[in-house]
Amino acid sequence: MSASNDSIGKTITVTVLLCVVCSVIVSAAAVILKPQQVANKNLDRQTNILAAAGIDYQGKNIPELFESTITKKFVDLKTGKYTEVADPARYDAKKAAKDKELGKSLSKDIDIASIKYQANVMPVYLIETADGNIEKIILPVHGYGLWSTLYGFLALEGDLNTVVGLGFYSHAETPGLGGEVDNPNWKAIWPGKKVYPEGSMEPTLGLIKGNVDPASPNAMHQIDGLSGATLTSNGVTNLVHFWLGKNGFAPFLANLKAGEA
Amino acid sequence: MSAAKQVLVTPIFKNNPIGLQILGVCSALAVTSNLNTALVMTLAVTVVTAFSNMFISIIRNQMPSSIRIICQMTIIASLVIVVDQILKAYAYDVSKQLSVFVGLIITNCIVMGRAEAFAMKNPPGISFLDGIGNGLGYGVVLMFVGFIRELFGAGKLFGVEVLPLINDGGWYQANGLLLLPPSAFFIIGIFIWLVRTFNKDQVEVAEFELAHNTNKEAV
Repeated sequence: MSASNDSIGKTITVTVLLCVVCSVIVSAAAVILKPQQVANKNLDRQTNILAAAGIDYQGKNIPELFESTITKKFVDLKTGKYTEVADPARYDAKKAAKDKELGKSLSKDIDIASIKYQANVMPVYLIETADGNIEKIILPVHGYGLWSTLYGFLALEGDLNTVVGLGFYSHAETPGLGGEVDNPNWKAIWPGKKVYPEGSMEPTLGLIKGNVDPASPNAMHQIDGLSGATLTSNGVTNLVHFWLGKNGFAPFLANLKAGEA
Repeated sequence: MSAAKQVLVTPIFKNNPIGLQILGVCSALAVTSNLNTALVMTLAVTVVTAFSNMFISIIRNQMPSSIRIICQMTIIASLVIVVDQILKAYAYDVSKQLSVFVGLIITNCIVMGRAEAFAMKNPPGISFLDGIGNGLGYGVVLMFVGFIRELFGAGKLFGVEVLPLINDGGWYQANGLLLLPPSAFFIIGIFIWLVRTFNKDQVEVAEFELAHNTNKEAV
C-alpha cells in the first residue's frame, strides 16, 4: 500500500467508485429478482389459504386451483359490509394498519391480541357453491404469542360458526413448544369446533390448559392447550377472540348471516 | 501440500473459524436447530466470505487505509443483500426460516475477520479459496451442531423422521433444551474439546496457574 492511497482525493475517488459499483449490483439484484419474489410470496399465501380451508393442493397447480375455487373480497370492519379498495391486487392490510387514513391504533382495553394497529379494511376469502351460497369463508387473523406475532388464516363453514381449519404461515415461537402450533395433530383438533355459543356473537372458542374432556358441555368451544407454551396458547385464544369479536369480523359475520353484507 | 490446498483445508479442522478462532459463534447458535437451515446458512456464508475476500483482495492496493474497514463493510453488505435476494427468490421457505440471520451475515466475524487477516495481504485467487475454506470450516461446525440438535431435539434429520416422537405416537421423548439456542453452546464446547483432543497443539497455554487454596495466614 503506497502512501498516496491516503490522500483526500484518492479516498474520495475510491469511496465514490466503490459505492457506485456496489449500488448498481444491489439494485440490479433487487430489480431482476423482484417478480420471482412476489410470485413466491403470493404462492405461499395462496397455499396457506387452501390449507386452512382444508382443500387438497398436493401436486396441483396452486395459482390455478386458487383462482378457480376462491374469491377474494374486502370487508369494512366497522360497518361489517363488503367494500372496494383502490388497488385490490396490491392492497396490503399490514401496511394499511399503520396508515393514518386506512388504519387505526387500538386502545389497550380492546387490543386483546396485542397487535397495536388494525386496518379498517381486511380481505376475506370465500369459497362459493355453484348457486352462489357461501360454502367456506377464510379470515386472516393475527396476534401476539410469546416472542412474535402469529399470522394465519382461520376458515369457517358456511354456517359461519363451525371451524374448518386454522393455520399459521408466519411466527417465531419456540420450536417444540409454542412452535407446535404447526403440528398437524394439534391443528386436526380444530375442525368441527364452534366459535360462538348459540345466539351470541361473543366468541368463546379458545385453548384450555391440558386436554379437552370430550364429555364437558363446553368441549365444542375448547381446544387442547399447547403443553409448555402457556403464553403462545393464550396468544392463540386472544387472537381468535379478537378477530372474531366485535372489533374484528363479528359485525361482518352477523351481516352475512342476515344476508345484508 | 500445495499452498492452495493448504488454504482450503486447514480451516476445516486445524484452524477452524469457530473452533480455534472463536468467530461467528452467535449465528452458529441461531441457525442450527435443524440441518436444513444450517446447510443453507453454510452455503450463504461460504459464498459471501469467498466473494468478499476476492473483491477486497482485488482492490486491496487501492484502498486508503483510513477507510478500509468501511470499504470492506460496503462490499460485504452488498454481497449479503444479493445473497438474501437470491434466497428469497429461489429458496423462499428456507429464507423464511432463516429470516434475519441472512442479513446478519454482515456482522458475522468470520467474513470481516478473513477480509482483514487474509484478503488484505494476499492476491485474489488464493483469497477466494481462503473464503471457501473458512466457509467450509464454519459449515463443519454448523452441521455437527445441527445434526445433534435436530436428531435429539426433534427426532428428525433434514426434516425426515428418524426417531418417532411420543407426540406423534412414537417412543422418543424429544429433548426440548436442544432446540433452544443455549444447547448449541454446549455442543460447540464439546466440538472444540474433541478437536483439541486430537490436535494437541491447539490447546492454549494457560495464562496463569491456579493458586492453591489460600492458607490461614494469608487471611
